Amino acid sequence: MSNVLFDVPGPRARVRHRIYGAITLLVLAGLVGLVAWRFQQQDQFAYDEWEPFVTPAIVMDLFEGLLVTLEIAAVSIALAIVFGMVFAVGRLSDHWFVRWPCFVVVEFFRAVPVLMMIFFLSIKYASDLGKFWVIVIALVLYNGSVLAEVFRAGILAVPRGQSEAGYSIGLRKTQLMTLVLIPQAVATMLPAIISQCVVALKDSALAFVIPYEEIVSIGNRIRNEFHDTLQTALVLATVFIIINYSLSRLAIWTERRVARRGRTSAKMPSVADVGLGDQSIGGAPPPQN
Amino acid sequence: MDVLIDERDLFLKAFWETIQLLGISAVVATVIGTLLAAMRVAPVPVMNAIGTSYVNLVRNTPLVVMFLLVVFGLPELDIQFSYFVKANIALSVYTAAFVCEAVRSGINTVAAGQAEAARSVGMTFTQTLGTVVLPQAFRAVVPPLTSVYIALAKNTSVAAGFGVTELTAELSAQLNNHPAAGIWLFVGVGLAYVLIVAVLSTGSHLLERRWAVAR
Repeated sequence: MSNVLFDVPGPRARVRHRIYGAITLLVLAGLVGLVAWRFQQQDQFAYDEWEPFVTPAIVMDLFEGLLVTLEIAAVSIALAIVFGMVFAVGRLSDHWFVRWPCFVVVEFFRAVPVLMMIFFLSIKYASDLGKFWVIVIALVLYNGSVLAEVFRAGILAVPRGQSEAGYSIGLRKTQLMTLVLIPQAVATMLPAIISQCVVALKDSALAFVIPYEEIVSIGNRIRNEFHDTLQTALVLATVFIIINYSLSRLAIWTERRVARRGRTSAKMPSVADVGLGDQSIGGAPPPQN
Repeated sequence: MDVLIDERDLFLKAFWETIQLLGISAVVATVIGTLLAAMRVAPVPVMNAIGTSYVNLVRNTPLVVMFLLVVFGLPELDIQFSYFVKANIALSVYTAAFVCEAVRSGINTVAAGQAEAARSVGMTFTQTLGTVVLPQAFRAVVPPLTSVYIALAKNTSVAAGFGVTELTAELSAQLNNHPAAGIWLFVGVGLAYVLIVAVLSTGSHLLERRWAVAR
Protein backbone atom coordinates (compact mmCIF):
# COMPACT_ATOMS: atom_id res chain seq x y z
CA MET A 1 0.00 0.00 0.00
CA SER A 2 1.52 3.29 -0.97
CA ASN A 3 1.07 5.97 1.60
CA VAL A 4 2.67 9.30 2.36
CA LEU A 5 3.35 8.08 5.90
CA PHE A 6 5.48 5.07 5.07
CA ASP A 7 8.25 4.00 2.77
CA VAL A 8 7.44 1.19 0.38
CA PRO A 9 8.23 -1.91 2.47
CA GLY A 10 11.20 -4.09 1.59
CA PRO A 11 11.36 -7.86 2.19
CA ARG A 12 12.13 -7.59 5.90
CA ALA A 13 9.43 -4.99 6.51
CA ARG A 14 6.92 -7.20 4.68
CA VAL A 15 7.70 -10.08 7.01
CA ARG A 16 7.34 -7.78 10.00
CA HIS A 17 3.99 -6.53 8.72
CA ARG A 18 2.78 -10.06 8.34
CA ILE A 19 3.72 -10.78 11.96
CA TYR A 20 1.86 -7.66 13.11
CA GLY A 21 -1.12 -8.83 11.08
CA ALA A 22 -1.08 -12.21 12.76
CA ILE A 23 -0.87 -10.64 16.23
CA THR A 24 -3.78 -8.32 15.42
CA LEU A 25 -5.86 -11.26 14.24
CA LEU A 26 -5.11 -13.14 17.47
CA VAL A 27 -6.15 -10.16 19.61
CA LEU A 28 -9.34 -9.75 17.56
CA ALA A 29 -10.15 -13.45 17.84
CA GLY A 30 -9.58 -13.17 21.59
CA LEU A 31 -12.03 -10.26 21.87
CA VAL A 32 -14.70 -11.96 19.76
CA GLY A 33 -14.19 -15.14 21.78
CA LEU A 34 -14.63 -13.22 25.02
CA VAL A 35 -17.92 -11.71 23.87
CA ALA A 36 -19.15 -15.06 22.57
CA TRP A 37 -18.22 -16.72 25.86
CA ARG A 38 -20.11 -14.03 27.76
CA PHE A 39 -23.14 -14.61 25.48
CA GLN A 40 -22.88 -18.34 26.07
CA GLN A 41 -22.57 -17.91 29.84
CA GLN A 42 -25.72 -15.81 29.99
CA ASP A 43 -27.54 -18.10 27.56
CA GLN A 44 -27.95 -15.34 24.99
CA PHE A 45 -27.58 -17.73 22.06
CA ALA A 46 -30.63 -19.71 23.23
CA TYR A 47 -33.33 -20.15 20.60
CA ASP A 48 -35.97 -18.50 22.85
CA GLU A 49 -34.03 -15.27 22.80
CA TRP A 50 -34.02 -15.13 19.00
CA GLU A 51 -37.44 -16.65 18.43
CA PRO A 52 -39.27 -13.32 17.87
CA PHE A 53 -37.13 -12.66 14.82
CA VAL A 54 -38.21 -15.84 13.09
CA THR A 55 -41.86 -15.37 14.03
CA PRO A 56 -43.67 -14.12 10.90
CA ALA A 57 -46.08 -11.79 12.76
CA ILE A 58 -43.25 -10.01 14.56
CA VAL A 59 -41.09 -9.81 11.46
CA MET A 60 -44.06 -8.21 9.69
CA ASP A 61 -44.39 -5.68 12.54
CA LEU A 62 -40.72 -4.80 12.17
CA PHE A 63 -41.10 -4.51 8.42
CA GLU A 64 -44.04 -2.14 8.80
CA GLY A 65 -41.95 -0.19 11.29
CA LEU A 66 -39.20 0.02 8.70
CA LEU A 67 -41.65 1.44 6.17
CA VAL A 68 -42.66 4.12 8.68
CA THR A 69 -38.98 4.90 9.31
CA LEU A 70 -38.39 5.27 5.58
CA GLU A 71 -41.50 7.44 5.26
CA ILE A 72 -40.31 9.73 8.07
CA ALA A 73 -36.88 10.04 6.46
CA ALA A 74 -38.26 10.63 2.96
CA VAL A 75 -40.77 13.31 3.98
CA SER A 76 -38.18 14.98 6.23
CA ILE A 77 -35.51 15.13 3.55
CA ALA A 78 -37.93 16.41 0.91
CA LEU A 79 -39.08 19.25 3.18
CA ALA A 80 -35.53 19.84 4.44
CA ILE A 81 -34.36 20.45 0.87
CA VAL A 82 -37.01 23.14 0.43
CA PHE A 83 -36.18 24.63 3.85
CA GLY A 84 -32.46 24.49 3.10
CA MET A 85 -32.84 26.12 -0.32
CA VAL A 86 -34.92 29.00 1.07
CA PHE A 87 -32.54 29.70 3.95
CA ALA A 88 -29.39 29.27 1.87
CA VAL A 89 -30.62 31.89 -0.60
CA GLY A 90 -31.79 33.98 2.36
CA ARG A 91 -28.32 33.96 3.90
CA LEU A 92 -26.86 35.13 0.61
CA SER A 93 -29.37 37.98 0.30
CA ASP A 94 -28.18 41.56 -0.24
CA HIS A 95 -30.58 42.83 2.44
CA TRP A 96 -29.50 42.62 6.07
CA PHE A 97 -33.10 42.17 7.28
CA VAL A 98 -33.32 38.95 5.28
CA ARG A 99 -29.76 37.79 5.90
CA TRP A 100 -29.73 38.10 9.69
CA PRO A 101 -32.94 36.22 10.58
CA CYS A 102 -31.86 33.43 8.24
CA PHE A 103 -28.45 33.33 9.90
CA VAL A 104 -29.97 33.13 13.41
CA VAL A 105 -32.45 30.40 12.48
CA VAL A 106 -29.88 28.24 10.69
CA GLU A 107 -27.24 28.56 13.40
CA PHE A 108 -29.72 27.95 16.22
CA PHE A 109 -31.25 24.80 14.77
CA ARG A 110 -27.87 23.44 13.76
CA ALA A 111 -26.67 23.75 17.36
CA VAL A 112 -29.74 22.41 19.16
CA PRO A 113 -30.09 18.63 19.63
CA VAL A 114 -32.86 17.00 17.60
CA LEU A 115 -34.00 15.07 20.66
CA MET A 116 -34.57 18.32 22.52
CA MET A 117 -36.82 19.57 19.71
CA ILE A 118 -38.71 16.28 19.73
CA PHE A 119 -39.28 16.50 23.50
CA PHE A 120 -40.39 20.12 23.27
CA LEU A 121 -42.71 19.63 20.31
CA SER A 122 -44.22 16.44 21.68
CA ILE A 123 -44.89 17.90 25.14
CA LYS A 124 -46.33 21.17 23.85
CA TYR A 125 -47.90 20.31 20.52
CA ALA A 126 -48.28 16.53 20.14
CA SER A 127 -52.07 16.75 20.51
CA ASP A 128 -52.34 19.28 17.66
CA LEU A 129 -49.70 17.97 15.31
CA GLY A 130 -49.69 14.24 15.87
CA LYS A 131 -46.52 12.31 16.55
CA PHE A 132 -45.57 11.88 12.90
CA TRP A 133 -45.33 15.64 12.34
CA VAL A 134 -43.57 16.20 15.66
CA ILE A 135 -40.75 13.97 14.45
CA VAL A 136 -40.79 15.29 10.90
CA ILE A 137 -40.73 18.95 11.98
CA ALA A 138 -37.80 18.33 14.33
CA LEU A 139 -35.91 16.51 11.58
CA VAL A 140 -36.73 19.19 8.98
CA LEU A 141 -35.53 22.02 11.23
CA TYR A 142 -32.23 20.25 11.89
CA ASN A 143 -31.52 18.70 8.49
CA GLY A 144 -32.87 21.75 6.70
CA SER A 145 -30.44 23.98 8.57
CA VAL A 146 -27.56 21.65 7.80
CA LEU A 147 -28.57 21.52 4.13
CA ALA A 148 -28.88 25.32 4.07
CA GLU A 149 -25.19 25.53 4.91
CA VAL A 150 -24.38 22.82 2.38
CA PHE A 151 -26.32 24.66 -0.35
CA ARG A 152 -24.74 27.96 0.58
CA ALA A 153 -21.30 26.40 0.31
CA GLY A 154 -22.36 24.90 -3.02
CA ILE A 155 -23.56 28.24 -4.40
CA LEU A 156 -20.40 29.97 -3.20
CA ALA A 157 -18.31 27.23 -4.79
CA VAL A 158 -19.49 28.21 -8.27
CA PRO A 159 -16.59 30.26 -9.68
CA ARG A 160 -17.04 34.03 -9.58
CA GLY A 161 -16.65 34.28 -13.33
CA GLN A 162 -20.06 32.65 -13.66
CA SER A 163 -21.72 35.46 -11.67
CA GLU A 164 -19.76 38.09 -13.52
CA ALA A 165 -20.75 36.61 -16.85
CA GLY A 166 -24.37 36.54 -15.72
CA TYR A 167 -24.37 40.16 -14.58
CA SER A 168 -22.56 41.30 -17.71
CA ILE A 169 -25.31 39.96 -19.94
CA GLY A 170 -27.79 41.89 -17.80
CA LEU A 171 -29.28 39.24 -15.49
CA ARG A 172 -30.81 40.36 -12.21
CA LYS A 173 -29.68 38.76 -8.96
CA THR A 174 -32.77 36.51 -8.86
CA GLN A 175 -32.24 35.39 -12.45
CA LEU A 176 -28.58 34.78 -11.76
CA MET A 177 -29.47 32.58 -8.76
CA THR A 178 -32.17 30.56 -10.50
CA LEU A 179 -30.61 30.27 -13.96
CA VAL A 180 -26.89 30.07 -13.26
CA LEU A 181 -25.86 29.42 -9.68
CA ILE A 182 -28.48 27.07 -8.21
CA PRO A 183 -28.55 24.59 -11.15
CA GLN A 184 -24.78 24.22 -10.93
CA ALA A 185 -24.83 24.04 -7.14
CA VAL A 186 -27.50 21.33 -7.09
CA ALA A 187 -25.41 19.01 -9.23
CA THR A 188 -22.52 19.17 -6.79
CA MET A 189 -24.84 18.98 -3.78
CA LEU A 190 -26.54 15.74 -4.79
CA PRO A 191 -24.07 13.48 -2.95
CA ALA A 192 -24.36 15.62 0.19
CA ILE A 193 -28.16 15.36 0.02
CA ILE A 194 -27.93 11.58 -0.18
CA SER A 195 -25.57 11.48 2.82
CA GLN A 196 -28.04 13.65 4.69
CA CYS A 197 -30.64 10.91 4.12
CA VAL A 198 -28.44 8.63 6.21
CA VAL A 199 -28.50 11.21 9.01
CA ALA A 200 -32.29 11.55 8.79
CA LEU A 201 -32.73 7.76 8.84
CA LYS A 202 -30.55 7.45 11.91
CA ASP A 203 -32.19 10.37 13.67
CA SER A 204 -35.67 8.99 13.01
CA ALA A 205 -34.72 6.44 15.69
CA LEU A 206 -35.01 9.26 18.25
CA ALA A 207 -38.78 8.93 17.83
CA PHE A 208 -38.59 6.02 20.27
CA VAL A 209 -38.68 8.48 23.19
CA ILE A 210 -42.25 9.53 22.37
CA PRO A 211 -42.73 6.55 21.24
CA TYR A 212 -44.06 6.25 17.69
CA GLU A 213 -44.61 3.48 15.12
CA GLU A 214 -41.20 3.40 13.49
CA ILE A 215 -38.84 0.44 13.64
CA VAL A 216 -36.91 1.37 16.77
CA SER A 217 -40.08 1.99 18.79
CA ILE A 218 -41.42 -1.36 17.58
CA GLY A 219 -38.12 -2.97 18.50
CA ASN A 220 -38.30 -1.41 21.94
CA ARG A 221 -41.75 -2.93 22.41
CA ILE A 222 -40.47 -6.36 21.36
CA ARG A 223 -37.55 -5.95 23.72
CA ASN A 224 -39.82 -5.20 26.67
CA GLU A 225 -42.13 -8.07 25.85
CA PHE A 226 -39.54 -10.80 25.27
CA HIS A 227 -36.65 -9.50 27.39
CA ASP A 228 -34.19 -9.95 24.57
CA THR A 229 -32.48 -6.56 24.38
CA LEU A 230 -29.22 -7.73 22.83
CA GLN A 231 -30.95 -9.65 20.06
CA THR A 232 -33.37 -6.82 19.25
CA ALA A 233 -30.64 -4.19 19.23
CA LEU A 234 -28.43 -6.35 16.99
CA VAL A 235 -31.29 -6.92 14.53
CA LEU A 236 -32.11 -3.19 14.45
CA ALA A 237 -28.45 -2.30 13.98
CA THR A 238 -28.15 -4.77 11.09
CA VAL A 239 -31.17 -3.30 9.30
CA PHE A 240 -29.82 0.25 9.62
CA ILE A 241 -26.29 -0.72 8.64
CA ILE A 242 -27.48 -2.40 5.43
CA ILE A 243 -29.65 0.54 4.35
CA ASN A 244 -27.23 3.27 5.37
CA TYR A 245 -24.19 1.56 3.92
CA SER A 246 -25.98 1.20 0.58
CA LEU A 247 -26.94 4.88 0.68
CA SER A 248 -23.34 5.85 1.43
CA ARG A 249 -22.10 3.86 -1.56
CA LEU A 250 -24.78 5.54 -3.68
CA ALA A 251 -23.56 8.95 -2.52
CA ILE A 252 -19.98 8.15 -3.53
CA TRP A 253 -21.12 6.73 -6.87
CA THR A 254 -23.25 9.84 -7.54
CA GLU A 255 -20.32 12.05 -6.72
CA ARG A 256 -18.05 10.30 -9.22
CA ARG A 257 -20.77 10.48 -11.83
CA VAL A 258 -21.37 14.18 -11.29
CA ALA A 259 -17.63 14.79 -11.47
CA ARG A 260 -17.36 12.78 -14.67
CA ARG A 261 -20.24 14.41 -16.47
CA GLY A 262 -18.86 17.88 -15.89
CA ARG A 263 -22.19 19.68 -15.90
CA THR A 264 -20.98 22.10 -13.28
CA SER A 265 -18.06 24.42 -12.77
CA ALA A 266 -18.30 24.25 -8.97
CA LYS A 267 -15.73 22.34 -6.96
CA MET A 268 -16.93 20.73 -3.77
CA PRO A 269 -15.13 18.74 -1.11
CA SER A 270 -15.72 15.03 -1.50
CA VAL A 271 -18.38 13.32 0.61
CA ALA A 272 -15.85 10.59 1.27
CA ASP A 273 -13.46 13.06 2.86
CA VAL A 274 -16.23 14.64 4.72
CA GLY A 275 -17.04 11.46 6.56
CA LEU A 276 -20.24 10.39 5.02
CA GLY A 277 -23.51 10.74 6.70
CA ASP A 278 -22.31 11.82 10.01
CA GLN A 279 -24.44 13.85 12.25
CA SER A 280 -21.30 15.59 12.97
CA ILE A 281 -20.54 16.54 9.72
CA GLY A 282 -23.31 18.57 10.49
CA GLY A 283 -22.55 19.42 6.95
CA ALA A 284 -20.67 22.48 7.98
CA PRO A 285 -19.34 23.91 4.80
CA PRO A 286 -16.59 21.46 4.76
CA PRO A 287 -13.05 22.19 4.94
CA GLN A 288 -13.75 18.98 6.39
CA ASN A 289 -17.27 17.46 8.24
CA MET B 1 -38.17 32.07 30.98
CA ASP B 2 -39.16 32.46 34.66
CA VAL B 3 -38.88 28.72 35.11
CA LEU B 4 -35.31 28.91 33.88
CA ILE B 5 -34.48 31.47 36.58
CA ASP B 6 -36.47 29.81 39.39
CA GLU B 7 -35.00 26.40 38.68
CA ARG B 8 -31.52 27.63 37.82
CA ASP B 9 -29.84 25.25 40.30
CA LEU B 10 -31.40 22.23 38.61
CA PHE B 11 -30.55 23.55 35.15
CA LEU B 12 -26.96 24.34 36.12
CA LYS B 13 -26.58 20.85 37.56
CA ALA B 14 -28.00 19.38 34.35
CA PHE B 15 -25.71 21.60 32.27
CA TRP B 16 -22.71 20.34 34.25
CA GLU B 17 -23.88 16.77 33.59
CA THR B 18 -23.95 17.52 29.84
CA ILE B 19 -20.45 19.02 30.02
CA GLN B 20 -19.16 15.95 31.85
CA LEU B 21 -20.67 13.60 29.28
CA LEU B 22 -19.10 15.71 26.53
CA GLY B 23 -15.69 15.91 28.21
CA ILE B 24 -15.30 12.26 29.18
CA SER B 25 -16.67 10.84 25.91
CA ALA B 26 -14.59 13.27 23.86
CA VAL B 27 -11.36 12.10 25.52
CA VAL B 28 -12.18 8.39 25.31
CA ALA B 29 -13.48 8.67 21.73
CA THR B 30 -10.36 10.56 20.68
CA VAL B 31 -8.10 7.84 22.07
CA ILE B 32 -10.06 5.00 20.44
CA GLY B 33 -10.59 6.96 17.22
CA THR B 34 -6.92 7.84 16.85
CA LEU B 35 -5.95 4.20 17.36
CA LEU B 36 -8.49 3.21 14.69
CA ALA B 37 -7.16 5.88 12.32
CA ALA B 38 -3.64 4.57 12.91
CA MET B 39 -4.91 1.09 12.01
CA ARG B 40 -6.58 2.43 8.87
CA VAL B 41 -3.38 4.02 7.56
CA ALA B 42 -1.04 1.28 8.83
CA PRO B 43 0.77 -0.81 6.19
CA VAL B 44 -0.82 -4.00 7.59
CA PRO B 45 -3.88 -5.13 5.60
CA VAL B 46 -5.54 -6.88 8.56
CA MET B 47 -5.45 -3.65 10.56
CA ASN B 48 -6.90 -1.68 7.62
CA ALA B 49 -9.77 -4.14 7.40
CA ILE B 50 -10.55 -3.93 11.12
CA GLY B 51 -10.46 -0.14 11.11
CA THR B 52 -12.66 0.09 8.02
CA SER B 53 -15.19 -2.42 9.34
CA TYR B 54 -15.46 -0.65 12.69
CA VAL B 55 -16.13 2.68 11.00
CA ASN B 56 -18.68 1.30 8.55
CA LEU B 57 -20.56 -0.67 11.19
CA VAL B 58 -20.65 1.99 13.87
CA ARG B 59 -21.39 5.11 11.88
CA ASN B 60 -24.32 3.51 10.08
CA THR B 61 -25.95 2.50 13.37
CA PRO B 62 -28.30 5.02 14.98
CA LEU B 63 -26.96 6.32 18.28
CA VAL B 64 -30.21 5.28 19.95
CA VAL B 65 -29.60 1.65 18.96
CA MET B 66 -26.06 1.94 20.32
CA PHE B 67 -27.51 3.17 23.61
CA LEU B 68 -30.02 0.28 23.65
CA LEU B 69 -27.17 -2.15 23.15
CA VAL B 70 -24.99 -0.66 25.88
CA VAL B 71 -27.49 0.55 28.46
CA PHE B 72 -29.94 -2.37 28.41
CA GLY B 73 -27.74 -4.95 26.67
CA LEU B 74 -24.74 -5.03 29.00
CA PRO B 75 -26.85 -5.97 32.06
CA GLU B 76 -28.10 -9.01 30.12
CA LEU B 77 -24.48 -10.12 29.93
CA ASP B 78 -24.29 -9.46 33.67
CA ILE B 79 -22.03 -6.45 33.23
CA GLN B 80 -23.20 -3.69 35.58
CA PHE B 81 -22.36 0.01 35.38
CA SER B 82 -24.18 3.19 36.36
CA TYR B 83 -26.30 4.94 33.71
CA PHE B 84 -23.77 7.75 33.53
CA VAL B 85 -20.87 5.39 32.80
CA LYS B 86 -22.92 3.49 30.23
CA ALA B 87 -23.93 6.72 28.50
CA ASN B 88 -20.25 7.57 28.22
CA ILE B 89 -19.45 4.12 26.81
CA ALA B 90 -22.16 4.40 24.15
CA LEU B 91 -21.15 7.95 23.18
CA SER B 92 -17.44 7.06 23.05
CA VAL B 93 -17.86 3.93 20.97
CA TYR B 94 -20.11 5.82 18.54
CA THR B 95 -18.00 8.98 18.29
CA ALA B 96 -14.74 7.03 17.89
CA ALA B 97 -15.81 6.08 14.34
CA PHE B 98 -16.20 9.75 13.42
CA VAL B 99 -12.94 10.73 15.12
CA CYS B 100 -11.22 8.03 13.08
CA GLU B 101 -12.60 9.47 9.84
CA ALA B 102 -11.67 13.03 10.84
CA VAL B 103 -8.09 12.08 11.69
CA ARG B 104 -7.70 9.98 8.58
CA SER B 105 -9.03 12.71 6.30
CA GLY B 106 -6.61 15.12 7.99
CA ILE B 107 -3.68 12.83 7.32
CA ASN B 108 -4.81 12.43 3.71
CA THR B 109 -4.59 16.18 3.11
CA VAL B 110 -0.80 16.04 3.40
CA ALA B 111 0.40 15.83 -0.18
CA ALA B 112 2.54 12.83 -1.08
CA GLY B 113 5.07 15.28 -2.53
CA GLN B 114 5.87 16.51 0.98
CA ALA B 115 7.14 13.11 2.10
CA GLU B 116 8.91 12.55 -1.20
CA ALA B 117 10.63 15.92 -0.94
CA ALA B 118 11.72 15.17 2.63
CA ARG B 119 13.13 11.81 1.60
CA SER B 120 14.89 13.22 -1.43
CA VAL B 121 16.83 15.68 0.75
CA GLY B 122 18.02 12.69 2.76
CA MET B 123 15.75 12.70 5.80
CA THR B 124 15.28 9.40 7.58
CA PHE B 125 11.84 7.83 8.00
CA THR B 126 11.53 9.19 11.56
CA GLN B 127 12.52 12.68 10.47
CA THR B 128 10.09 12.61 7.56
CA LEU B 129 7.21 11.59 9.76
CA GLY B 130 8.13 13.70 12.78
CA THR B 131 9.16 16.99 11.19
CA VAL B 132 7.28 17.04 7.89
CA VAL B 133 4.19 14.85 7.71
CA LEU B 134 2.70 14.73 11.22
CA PRO B 135 2.93 18.48 12.03
CA GLN B 136 0.95 19.19 8.87
CA ALA B 137 -1.47 16.36 9.57
CA PHE B 138 -2.24 17.61 13.10
CA ARG B 139 -3.11 21.06 11.78
CA ALA B 140 -5.36 19.66 9.09
CA VAL B 141 -7.16 17.50 11.64
CA VAL B 142 -8.38 20.39 13.82
CA PRO B 143 -11.39 21.59 11.77
CA PRO B 144 -12.93 18.16 11.07
CA LEU B 145 -12.28 17.06 14.64
CA THR B 146 -14.07 20.16 15.92
CA SER B 147 -17.17 19.23 13.90
CA VAL B 148 -17.05 15.79 15.48
CA TYR B 149 -16.94 17.28 19.00
CA ILE B 150 -19.79 19.66 18.15
CA ALA B 151 -21.87 16.69 17.00
CA LEU B 152 -20.91 14.87 20.20
CA ALA B 153 -22.13 17.83 22.29
CA LYS B 154 -25.54 17.49 20.66
CA ASN B 155 -25.48 13.71 20.85
CA THR B 156 -25.09 13.78 24.65
CA SER B 157 -28.81 14.66 24.62
CA VAL B 158 -29.64 11.06 23.69
CA ALA B 159 -28.59 10.08 27.23
CA ALA B 160 -31.80 11.84 28.33
CA GLY B 161 -33.75 8.84 27.03
CA PHE B 162 -31.53 6.47 29.02
CA GLY B 163 -31.64 7.55 32.64
CA VAL B 164 -29.16 10.44 32.71
CA THR B 165 -30.53 13.79 33.91
CA GLU B 166 -28.63 16.09 31.59
CA LEU B 167 -29.84 19.30 29.99
CA THR B 168 -32.40 17.81 27.60
CA ALA B 169 -33.86 15.54 30.29
CA GLU B 170 -34.14 18.51 32.66
CA LEU B 171 -35.90 20.57 29.99
CA SER B 172 -38.40 17.81 29.38
CA ALA B 173 -39.02 17.40 33.13
CA GLN B 174 -39.56 21.14 33.62
CA LEU B 175 -41.86 21.35 30.60
CA ASN B 176 -43.99 18.67 32.21
CA ASN B 177 -43.93 20.40 35.62
CA HIS B 178 -44.73 23.84 34.24
CA PRO B 179 -47.23 23.48 31.40
CA ALA B 180 -47.38 27.27 31.07
CA ALA B 181 -43.67 27.51 30.28
CA GLY B 182 -43.20 27.51 26.56
CA ILE B 183 -41.04 28.54 23.73
CA TRP B 184 -38.73 30.74 25.84
CA LEU B 185 -37.75 27.87 28.09
CA PHE B 186 -36.88 25.91 24.95
CA VAL B 187 -34.91 28.83 23.50
CA GLY B 188 -33.11 29.38 26.81
CA VAL B 189 -31.95 25.78 27.08
CA GLY B 190 -31.20 25.75 23.35
CA LEU B 191 -28.87 28.72 23.88
CA ALA B 192 -26.89 26.62 26.37
CA TYR B 193 -26.12 24.22 23.51
CA VAL B 194 -25.39 27.17 21.21
CA LEU B 195 -22.89 28.34 23.85
CA ILE B 196 -21.10 24.97 23.87
CA VAL B 197 -20.95 24.94 20.06
CA ALA B 198 -19.72 28.56 19.99
CA VAL B 199 -16.93 27.84 22.50
CA LEU B 200 -15.80 24.76 20.56
CA SER B 201 -15.77 26.47 17.18
CA THR B 202 -14.09 29.64 18.50
CA GLY B 203 -11.40 27.51 20.11
CA SER B 204 -10.88 25.67 16.86
CA HIS B 205 -10.59 28.92 14.87
CA LEU B 206 -8.02 30.28 17.32
CA LEU B 207 -5.96 27.08 17.12
CA GLU B 208 -6.23 27.11 13.35
CA ARG B 209 -4.99 30.69 13.12
CA ARG B 210 -2.19 30.08 15.60
CA TRP B 211 -1.00 27.03 13.71
CA ALA B 212 -1.63 28.36 10.24
CA VAL B 213 1.21 27.76 7.81
CA ALA B 214 1.68 29.06 4.34
CA ARG B 215 1.14 26.26 1.88
